[in-house]
Amino acid sequence: MSTTTLESAGGVKVVKPTVASHVRDYWGRVRGGDLGTLPAVLGLIVLSIVFGVARDETFLSGRNFANLFNQSAQVVFIAMGLVFVLLLGEIDLSAGFASGVCGAVTAIALTNHGYSWYVALPASMLAGIVIGLLLGVLVAKMGIPSFVVTLAAFLAFQGVLLKMLGEGTNISIRDEFVVKLNNGTLSPGLSWGLAVAAIVIFAAVQLNRIRSRSKRGLITEPIGIVGLRIAGLAALLLITTAILNQERAINPAINSLKGVPIVVPIIGVFLVFWTFILGRTTYGRHVYAVGGNTEAARRAGIPVDRIRISVFVIGSFMAAIGGVMAVSRATSVDPNTGGSNILLYSVGAAVIGGTSLFGGKGKIINAVIGGAVIAVIDNGMGLMGYQAGTKYIFTGLILLLAASVDALARRRAAATGNK
Amino acid sequence: MAATPLLELRGIDKSFGPVQVLHDVGLDVYPGEVTALVGDNGAGKSTLVKCISGIYTIDSGTVTFEGKQVAVHSPRDAAALGIEVVYQDLALCDNLDIVQNMFLGREKKRGIVLDEATMEQMAGETLASLSVRTVKSLRQLVSSLSGGQRQTVAIAKAVLWNSKVVILDEPTAALGVAQTAQVLELVRRLADNGLGVVLISHNMNDVFAVSDRIAALYLGRTAAQVKSSDVTHSQVVELITAGRSGNLGLPPEKPADFADITPGDAQ
Repeated sequence: MSTTTLESAGGVKVVKPTVASHVRDYWGRVRGGDLGTLPAVLGLIVLSIVFGVARDETFLSGRNFANLFNQSAQVVFIAMGLVFVLLLGEIDLSAGFASGVCGAVTAIALTNHGYSWYVALPASMLAGIVIGLLLGVLVAKMGIPSFVVTLAAFLAFQGVLLKMLGEGTNISIRDEFVVKLNNGTLSPGLSWGLAVAAIVIFAAVQLNRIRSRSKRGLITEPIGIVGLRIAGLAALLLITTAILNQERAINPAINSLKGVPIVVPIIGVFLVFWTFILGRTTYGRHVYAVGGNTEAARRAGIPVDRIRISVFVIGSFMAAIGGVMAVSRATSVDPNTGGSNILLYSVGAAVIGGTSLFGGKGKIINAVIGGAVIAVIDNGMGLMGYQAGTKYIFTGLILLLAASVDALARRRAAATGNK
Repeated sequence: MAATPLLELRGIDKSFGPVQVLHDVGLDVYPGEVTALVGDNGAGKSTLVKCISGIYTIDSGTVTFEGKQVAVHSPRDAAALGIEVVYQDLALCDNLDIVQNMFLGREKKRGIVLDEATMEQMAGETLASLSVRTVKSLRQLVSSLSGGQRQTVAIAKAVLWNSKVVILDEPTAALGVAQTAQVLELVRRLADNGLGVVLISHNMNDVFAVSDRIAALYLGRTAAQVKSSDVTHSQVVELITAGRSGNLGLPPEKPADFADITPGDAQ
């Protein structure tokens, strides 16, 4: 072995990672079946190039770029919640219509009852939490498979939505705050400020971890890798901000349109929050443990039933956020809000992003990257003039591909001893 | 040799409905010694372990721990006393790393945030105290470890909490020759560190390789508890299969012990 070994604090000899060994480890994990977000990121790049070449005028325009965020917001939020459910190896088929029902709660509170957004939005989130509690208790305490519980809820919520809307009318909203959530943009100055702040905070957190770990004599990631990571995020955020800060109105003289869509920092906040919960808290650790080996978790004294209920609550809560975004985007709610392909796109987003359907493996970022893949396919194929039928078939094939990658990765992992 | 046992079981009875699984079982576990618990399938080894660890409650009998009579009603009671069990199926989460598994359910926190650095340090110290120096990284996923390494992590998890008695349920059953040797060495080291170790095993070679005492169960009774140096291989096998060997073990059955279940005369 040419790699240097050194004593870590505990006295166990471990290999000191270098940039090369870090890359080699990553490649080893990929070969061993732990692909993470790699296929989704590659897919996103390939699809963007294909659509970019085929429709450079429209697909690569700043307006379309901004549109992608607004179009995919609902799916991304629902998918974030579904990551928690999928981490336990469960499924929530009702998330789409749950988001429709919660969106309808917002619209009814705003329009029919004249409440303000600060009543309507919490009401909608509360509705999501109640729905999640109901699903979670039925699955965890009654022991009904989540597939059946949420399939029943899928049908029932579709009916609830119809009833709420008086058998098929639609309710439009005018509340400025809610409409802005998924239509408005930040001023260019604020956009730059937020992008820079995000980069600085990310860099500070990363460097601080290295500092505090090396102070205690623990092995740290090579500084080169951390630097690359920070530089990568900085490049991504700055380029995105630069593009979105371009004027993208058709007729700027009448109505100027530039800046980062408001929904982007909202996605960012939820991404950071849930990533923190999953990665840095006891609760998140226990979610992974229950998803990885329920029996081991139970023996370790983890309240398995409560964890199971909680992931459905988070799932439906995030569906409610998605519902609000859908209502905001359309400035109305109709019987098909959260219907048609929303649920399948959301499950697809989580799985394409790299969340395992078998439980125990997945991150919140998977939902965002997978959601981007779905949005790019939907948007790009639409611009290329394909009919809805072709789009669905293609999206279906991509989902199948992602699920096969997941299943094959598992088999590969079993074959290489990474059970 | 320590004079007083760390854990002393006397007259343990346990029934499941009409089936009495343990009759008047006794077991002594001494600090700094490996006590092998042997017996055929169905002899009551697993039931006895589950009684000690609080998964089952005993019907009658006494459990004395460090000279004080104790009542163990749940796994938490056992853990509070310092009794840890390493089960055959390991109870590790494949999708978590070594440190995460060792602290599962008992994570160290700073505020609401997990204190990863402290946990990693403690895990490293524990593994070092067991002279484990062969892991690539403490942040390696358990799924990427070999069978022997996984067993090592499971054992390290049990001794992390200053436990006093560690019960190992067939730790070598699924391992190859080299890994078995590695785990047995670790078992010996636990005892040398002053813990009371109970080793459940079917393998006579393992038993004689590391144990100081052997307790044999036969059909839910204690056939004998003897020093390993006082008995031979074949005597232990006889204790397991017949419940007695020479003047060791249970008294021979008397005809009165048997109910006559032969079919009546043909009519």
